Amino acid sequence: MPRIDIARADPAELIACPQCDALYRAKMPAHGERAVCARCHTVLIAPRKRAGMIIIALSAASLVLVLGAVWFPFLKISRQGFVNEATLLDAALSFTGGPLLVLSLAVTALIVLVPLARAILTIYVLGPLVFDRPAPPGALRLFALAEALRPWSMAEIFALGCAVALVKVADLANLSFGPAFWMFAALVFLTVIHDRWMCRWSVWEALEHGYTARQRKVPA
Amino acid sequence: MSAAVTAREAGLVACTRCTRVWPMGTERCGRCGKPLVSRDTHSLSRVWAWWVAGLMCYFPANLYPMLRTQVLFTVSEDTIVGGAIELALHGAPFVALIILVASVAIPIGKFAAIAWLAISVRRGSAATPHARHRLYEIVEYIGRWSMIDVFVVAILTALVQLNLAASIKPGPAALAFALSVIFTMLSAQSFDPRLIWDRADDDDDMGDRA
Repeated sequence: MPRIDIARADPAELIACPQCDALYRAKMPAHGERAVCARCHTVLIAPRKRAGMIIIALSAASLVLVLGAVWFPFLKISRQGFVNEATLLDAALSFTGGPLLVLSLAVTALIVLVPLARAILTIYVLGPLVFDRPAPPGALRLFALAEALRPWSMAEIFALGCAVALVKVADLANLSFGPAFWMFAALVFLTVIHDRWMCRWSVWEALEHGYTARQRKVPA
Repeated sequence: MSAAVTAREAGLVACTRCTRVWPMGTERCGRCGKPLVSRDTHSLSRVWAWWVAGLMCYFPANLYPMLRTQVLFTVSEDTIVGGAIELALHGAPFVALIILVASVAIPIGKFAAIAWLAISVRRGSAATPHARHRLYEIVEYIGRWSMIDVFVVAILTALVQLNLAASIKPGPAALAFALSVIFTMLSAQSFDPRLIWDRADDDDDMGDRA
């Protein structure tokens, strides 16, 4: 009876699908392969070669892009001799006065602070692991925080918003993209690649047992 | 599929954040710190609470103006739908479509989908758990994209400040709409997808017995 068999196993060697609660014995698949829940098809484990290093590189690149995008203008407008350029901070802080100030703070958080925080947390948590050092203090809690922030990081939605805004006022004035727009466009791709390389289960295991401990265990 | 044993059946409780498994009765995940519940029984109350809050914000978001555009001395106010219609008439039907999909079709679809999922978990449904789980994943993924209209308003407000020539100010609907999107995201996040599959198991067992 597999039912009793798996119930007697050490819980630390098991993995439960977060979407449907199906229970499996955790076994690291080969690099590039994926372990998928047999019941609901959620991807459970998807390790890739040198993923840690690539994710850190991507996070560092996102950090630079977000910081750069804050200072450079992303759209430029001109009409009848009047010219105006908007930076990200201008846009984030554009809802001033009264209850709309709340919206300013929320928009700033969604497009600048949350993406920045996620990049910094990822580098802090994964950096030491990749170089075979012990996990930094508070790593487990901070990685949990980075995961919780994931749906609230909306830089890529903002990039599409720029394009819509451009068309929307096209007949009102002349508009052109500034450097920050292209930075955001690049950020969209970085985010997608980042999610494809990130295997959350591997990170949790590495944080709990150390990076190399688990990998040595795998072939057994 | 019938071979799958759930953590609950094995007398264990799973962490939905880091997938670590613990003996039943453990209160907090020893790895990531998330409070553990085998099935989140309060899940549906929270789903409905956020759902109602989101819906209450969605009405003013559509009734009040999103943008106040001033060109020379004329001021015009646009609601979400009004703005999209104007865009379509001014030769940008594709962008109008993006706005209509992001601000009207997706939010309404989300309200309907979350309500249906929450009801079907209680009452059962003819749809397969696969189909319902797929719907849940789509709702979770697509919800954030509704924020696009709020960002467009923020961008335009920051950008179009050309003294008398043209200026744009946000309307009260921007805040209501942002809140509506945030509340429905929280509503979808409160839903415990494991409930979809529990019900499926009950149905399977009944089928086996018959």
